[in-house]
Amino acid sequence: MAFFGKYLRLVLGACAFLLVIAMSTPSGAQQVNPTASSVKEQQLLQELNRVQGRVSIPDQRSGVLEQPAGRDWREFRNVTLRWIGGIAILGTLAVLVIFYLSRGMVRLESGRSGRSIVRFTAFERFVHWMTATCFIILAISGLNITFGRPLLLPLIGFEAFSEWSQWAKYAHNYLSFPFTIGVVLIFLMWIAGNIPNKVDVDWLKRGGGLVGHDHPPAYRFNAGQKAIYWIVVIGGGAVAATGYELMFPFYLSGIEGMQLAEIVHSVVAVLFVAAMLGHIYIGTIGMEGAFEAMGSGTVDINWAKEHHRLWLEEENARTGANDARPQPAATAAE
Amino acid sequence: MARMKFLCDADRCIECNACVTACKNEHEVPWGINRRRVVTINDGKPGERSISMACMHCTDAPCAAVCPVNCFYTTADGVVLHSKDLCIGCGYCFYACPFGAPQYPKVGNFGSRGKMDKCTYCAGGPEADGSKEEYEKYGANRLAEGKLPLCAEMCSTKSLLAGDGEIIAQIYKERVTKRGYGSGAWGWKTAYRETIES
Repeated sequence: MAFFGKYLRLVLGACAFLLVIAMSTPSGAQQVNPTASSVKEQQLLQELNRVQGRVSIPDQRSGVLEQPAGRDWREFRNVTLRWIGGIAILGTLAVLVIFYLSRGMVRLESGRSGRSIVRFTAFERFVHWMTATCFIILAISGLNITFGRPLLLPLIGFEAFSEWSQWAKYAHNYLSFPFTIGVVLIFLMWIAGNIPNKVDVDWLKRGGGLVGHDHPPAYRFNAGQKAIYWIVVIGGGAVAATGYELMFPFYLSGIEGMQLAEIVHSVVAVLFVAAMLGHIYIGTIGMEGAFEAMGSGTVDINWAKEHHRLWLEEENARTGANDARPQPAATAAE
Repeated sequence: MARMKFLCDADRCIECNACVTACKNEHEVPWGINRRRVVTINDGKPGERSISMACMHCTDAPCAAVCPVNCFYTTADGVVLHSKDLCIGCGYCFYACPFGAPQYPKVGNFGSRGKMDKCTYCAGGPEADGSKEEYEKYGANRLAEGKLPLCAEMCSTKSLLAGDGEIIAQIYKERVTKRGYGSGAWGWKTAYRETIES
């Protein structure tokens, strides 16, 4: 009996041992693969084109682990934008040169009358020139960011270019404020004269007097000037809004929003520069008697008759026709 | 020459943040700037992973490509460095970087961002190796002393690897073979246009 008891214990022990082995073997084969449910980089990138998580440092924005979209933005900045900007600006310059050579300055056909009329008040001129000065500096410092490295850096060297670009950046950032104020004031003070109407359609059909020697009638602002006005208001508003988004990072958006803002900012800006080249041309060498409107603020009566007949009639009706007193012949203020 | 890279083995990272602390201490990184950080994906859920991330010292680095003043340079070891003397603090590298590496100290208002700061792979900057000027601007230059970046050197689980790309990729592959799994070299495809097959 004792022998049987020993035998039984042995058998039970062996069974238990086999059971343990039998149980352990399958669990070894089913070893948990910790990556089976783990997050996968490629999957996350395919879903959102970015990988984001949690960080324990105070800067929560650093929770974006990876955002390869910067590569597309790089392509835009280094290739696409340079083509857009180059074609828009050099193309406009080329058109203006060809136009000047073929058409020349648009002359006052009836000559000067010697009498002048106020076209822009001192305040209007101040706002115009404040905005214009800011615009030119903003344009040069902005173009420097896009075209300076390939064009200017090789000429003046790393240190000088960096120094100049640093100051240009400060100018770009700080002059954005008076520029924005200027755009807002321009919007408010000239909105009344810049609502498109039927006269503009006729003006455009007749080529605005730029082609040929026609003088289609216009109120205070013709269709071309209205176009410039809306380019300044809408374009200026767009560059200001996107510019401030870039100037104050993370207040409005994350990096993907800033990439988009830079794209809008730069494309609108180069087109804006191209449009302003046309504006500068027609306001200076493109048309006789035009500059003094923004220079001294007065224009010759004959100039007003030729280019803004309806406006002159309005003014005469308002003030009394003979009230347009003779004034010293206005000379173009340079 | 070696081609220096970082590799974070996400299956080993325990999010202890020692790399973050070591980096800040070694280089006396200013307040508000973290050259390295640990990001936890799917935190608290099954399959969460933590990845320690800094500048990856990309091949054909986007920061260098978009910099308007060309202040970046790549060393013979493949480390992407920049000159704080040339940097104008415009923020373009920070738009282009896939890894959020470039940061700016907050100096003054209205976007006058100050000089960009980022991980140097413990390799300093353009100044003379180990000089006081170099230390003040970029931190310690361990590479010049024959040492690897401190974050990886003192990683408690040896999750973060630094060194020649081929060697650390080999180490990672051996690990993956031995333990039977691996969630891949995070960021390598974006930074180096290559992945480690396992």
